Amino acid sequence: MASLSRETLLNIFLTIGMLALPFVATAIDEPFYITLATRVAILGLAGVGLNLALGTGGLVSFGHAAFFGLGGYAAGILASHALNYTPIMESPFLIEGTNQMLIIWLVAIIVSGIGAYLIGLLSLRTSGVYFIMITLAFAQMIYYFAISWPAYGGEDGLSIYVRNAFPGVNTLDPQGFYFICFALLMAGIWLSATLKNSRFGAALQSARQNEERLSAVGVKPFNIKLTAFVISGMMTGLAGALFADLNRFVSPSMLSWHMSGEIMILVILGGVGRLYGPLAGAIIYIIFEFIFGGMTEHWQFFLGLVLLGVVLFARGGVIGLIAGRARHD
Amino acid sequence: MTNPILEIKNLNKSFGALKATDDVSITLNAGEIHALIGPNGAGKSTLIKQICGGLSSDSGSVIFNGQDLAGLDVAERAQLGLGRTFQISSVIMEFSALRNVMLAVQANAGTSYRFFKNVRTDKKLVDRAMAILARVELEGRADVSAAELSHGERRQLEIALALALEPKAFLLDEPMAGMGPEGSKRLISFLDGLRKEAPILLIEHDMDAVFSLADRISVLVYGRVVASGTVDEIRNNPAVREAYLGETA
Repeated sequence: MASLSRETLLNIFLTIGMLALPFVATAIDEPFYITLATRVAILGLAGVGLNLALGTGGLVSFGHAAFFGLGGYAAGILASHALNYTPIMESPFLIEGTNQMLIIWLVAIIVSGIGAYLIGLLSLRTSGVYFIMITLAFAQMIYYFAISWPAYGGEDGLSIYVRNAFPGVNTLDPQGFYFICFALLMAGIWLSATLKNSRFGAALQSARQNEERLSAVGVKPFNIKLTAFVISGMMTGLAGALFADLNRFVSPSMLSWHMSGEIMILVILGGVGRLYGPLAGAIIYIIFEFIFGGMTEHWQFFLGLVLLGVVLFARGGVIGLIAGRARHD
Repeated sequence: MTNPILEIKNLNKSFGALKATDDVSITLNAGEIHALIGPNGAGKSTLIKQICGGLSSDSGSVIFNGQDLAGLDVAERAQLGLGRTFQISSVIMEFSALRNVMLAVQANAGTSYRFFKNVRTDKKLVDRAMAILARVELEGRADVSAAELSHGERRQLEIALALALEPKAFLLDEPMAGMGPEGSKRLISFLDGLRKEAPILLIEHDMDAVFSLADRISVLVYGRVVASGTVDEIRNNPAVREAYLGETA
């Protein structure tokens, strides 16, 4: 390819910007910006997960907070048991807590994957508005369960007193933790690009556009969509585990429908189905929260205006606005 | 006589009081084109859906290659070798013609759960799909998105998608619909050769096409097969002339 498309250039620019940000923040002595950037990376990763279902697969899930929260609770529960030296369960076999991120991530991915499988199994039998409502309902069920389950803090949530550990990195150093999150965001973006270009991705995009055709060539749309939903939930679940570690706190609010909306909003802001859409959306979201959040507690009013503008005038989101319409081939 | 590839036995389907399919029995033998004709609303599309699995039957059975298809869904029947085209072109609009056929090729190979290899550089997949596009004379439009193809080209793409499945029987729902005279002529000669690969159940309104292609013709009126026979038998059947051909001839 002789020249890079505008979208590719924009993606490279965003990547370099995210890479440089912590160094700039340190240079100008604003370490808080690193925390903001970490939030961007984590919410971006959650959005990358949703974008696989929403953008590539056309599955408008309004319940991704369920996976975000499941990942968060997986991290919180494992860490709290590790801290108290109490096993999670003793019979039929012993499961102990851990403060190792690698294990926590694995558990978060598995737990949110199982959650996505069960929720997908039932909700993917519907489509359109019903699908939106059923995914929302499942997420709210888990939300109320978390509130009413006193063992892990119930309504008050669960604190992680010391951020979990990663081999060779000081996770308590904001930069160290930021780069872990950034690396996982990049891995998530790479995975979603790879999936989209694969045979599975071709089938998934077909499931979004024309299920009748996909069945007629002998592929079951339901199974394709369920697989995508599970992978999508796993990515968002991993983001949830990171989010718990960032805040050193897990609460039912991670599971609430506000969270689902937040993830969806940033995907739409950035550009549905665009590779870097969730990252661009997360950047805008966090900037708005930071700037307008400092002025008024009603900062989401301004975010709402921007969202309205995007939906009405820039259907491809910010990425679409800058880089033009998506190319199809 | 050998067993038919596709055997439809006493199939029924009602929508409320309307009998859309009324005790229909049809066979499709190796190497033949069996045309199914009938006026609008005769139940041809309903019958196709019942055969393909898109619509359940009230009673009766569809036997394909000796296997009863009851309980199998559309995708499972396609995997067994039922290659259908749609009356109204049904393709993946955002995909190029090539990627449409590539989808059918990967589906036929049962490899839709490969997650990592990029399809664009998957030479085996691309080459196979290009060869199929060439068969329907669409290779020059391989990279054009399906949304930008002309109506006639989309009809050709429909055929290509069915070909890619290497089916054991074709179900073609009005493949000539909306094609120009030149395109129809080319398609007729193509289908003429295709029957050697797999038999064709052909639903078609274009009577020239039907009479020049069909080995056998069945006439469907109000969900019932009112006549079935060779081209000459159907042409000279007074009931058929009255019910159907009289209007269109």
